[in-house]
Amino acid sequence: MSEVIDGIAAQNDVSQRQPAERKLRRRSGAPLRFVHGLAGLGLIVLAWWIATDLLAAPDSLEARFAPQATFSSLFQLLSSSDLALHVAVSLKRILVGLVLALAIGVPVGLVVGLNKTVEAATSPAFQLLRMISPLSWMPIAVMVLGVGDYPIYFLLTFAAVWPILLNTAAGVRHLDPAWLTLSRSLCATPWENLIHVVIPGVVGHVLTGVRLAIGILWIVLVPCEMLGVSAGLGYMILDTRDRLAYSELMAMVIVIGLLGFLLDAAARALHSRWLPASSE
Amino acid sequence: MSTAHPILEAREIALGYGNAGPLITDFGLALNAGEIVTILGPSGIGKSSLIRVLAGLQQPNTGHVAVDGQVIRNVHPRVAIAFQNPGLLPWLNLERNVAFGLSFARQLRLSSAERRARTDAAIRKVGLDHARHRLPAELSGGMAQRAALARCLARQPKALLLDEPFGALDEITRADMQSLLLSVVREFRTATVLVTHDIDEALLLSDRIVLIGGAPARELAQWRIDHPQPRHDRLAELGRIRIEIVQALHAAIVRHH
Ligand SMILES: Nc1ncnc2c1ncn2[C@@H]1O[C@H](COP(=O)(O)OP(=O)(O)O)[C@@H](O)[C@H]1O
Ligand SMILES: [Mg+2]
Repeated sequence: MSEVIDGIAAQNDVSQRQPAERKLRRRSGAPLRFVHGLAGLGLIVLAWWIATDLLAAPDSLEARFAPQATFSSLFQLLSSSDLALHVAVSLKRILVGLVLALAIGVPVGLVVGLNKTVEAATSPAFQLLRMISPLSWMPIAVMVLGVGDYPIYFLLTFAAVWPILLNTAAGVRHLDPAWLTLSRSLCATPWENLIHVVIPGVVGHVLTGVRLAIGILWIVLVPCEMLGVSAGLGYMILDTRDRLAYSELMAMVIVIGLLGFLLDAAARALHSRWLPASSE
Repeated sequence: MSTAHPILEAREIALGYGNAGPLITDFGLALNAGEIVTILGPSGIGKSSLIRVLAGLQQPNTGHVAVDGQVIRNVHPRVAIAFQNPGLLPWLNLERNVAFGLSFARQLRLSSAERRARTDAAIRKVGLDHARHRLPAELSGGMAQRAALARCLARQPKALLLDEPFGALDEITRADMQSLLLSVVREFRTATVLVTHDIDEALLLSDRIVLIGGAPARELAQWRIDHPQPRHDRLAELGRIRIEIVQALHAAIVRHH
């Protein structure tokens, strides 16, 4: 995670000063990095195999989580339409959570960033709320909103809103004063200033917030879906456990990892598409 | 459109920050159409603050600024200001940066065809037609400063205020920008205030040079320069004024300490 963020910072600073040099280094380093990455993944599978095949007794519970069985279940899962359905349900929940978090986080973040009094008044409250694991609201959410999608939307939104809100507010504080002077010198109304300078000026920061939010959403999603719903990846985990389908359970764990990896890659791509344009 | 008033006039301006006492006192200036006046002074004396007051971005402690005889209390749509930092918006391409603000509610009402025509003319005037779709990150420092000038021109300002606009450019780009500025002022007869600490730049461009200095700063001396443009091969003739300015500047610095 920290390496990913360093990568973004580097894109912001270093690329401006020595684009050619950086591109060269990237290009020659990329295949090697890929090989290293594959080797690391291979090592994990090896450790997994050692733990479930070599160290565990052949008929033990552990042996049922072995890689061979898992991968054959994984292929079965991937070829069934069932999995696609559950994935679609989960992704829809992520999307709803993200959209709600944006709808709340961006406007509130703009107000917090623009107004020093509001910032002072809300900062401790937000820092406190942010540190409460969204999962601790689970029982309350179910009591108030019932079982079904609504408590999940609530919990996901609650988890995702903080990085978006706080990054938006930080974005407003980091607006280039030259832009604000420019819009004043052009006689902009407060509304024109907001629409033409402040909002486009914070997009980069909002996207950073979105990236962090997607990571959090994905982590919070699975336990949220263990809450009396009948579809989704978290539900699948409990379902495979209840059916004692251990290799399938393990396959689901891998699916969750893979999908999360792809989501994060997509969020990163979105982020870096905006950055080259916005870094002056 | 009365000709009785100067385009831009400042009277008995005093300005300062907080309780620190005035930075500038008793400053007055009157500019006619097509005139270039340079305000010259050591750095930290309050030149940027003064030009912000002339632009209406900041209120003076006493005195007033008038555009076309009308006292202004805020920024004026026909007064354009540019800084050393071109201040282009990085998410807009050059063309959109030049057009930026033309459609704002408090600007002169223009049809979209008029806005496009003005934008095109301004971009052509500064010679950036080939780069109109580039983002600011893809422009050199000189091109970015040209784009900032084009953004001012697109508004067809009566007064143009420039705060060390060429300070960050290399010698050659700078000379290029200076002749561009002269041709712009000649063509549009814009009343122009140029703030600089570069004596040669002042000598090359100005109809009048106003030296400010002292604590609090005030006008120390003023020179009218009637030599025809372009002046870059007449610097020898301007040598006498140059020496006077250098001497006055040094006297001001000594008094300052
Ligand atoms: N917004 C401000 N608030 C307080 N002090 C300021 C502000 N802007 C400028 N100053 C002070 O006023 C003085 C003159 O600044 P400035 O107008 O930028 O001078 P110059 O452009 O001649 O270098 C400096 O000492 C500076 O610190
Ligand atoms: Mg200055």
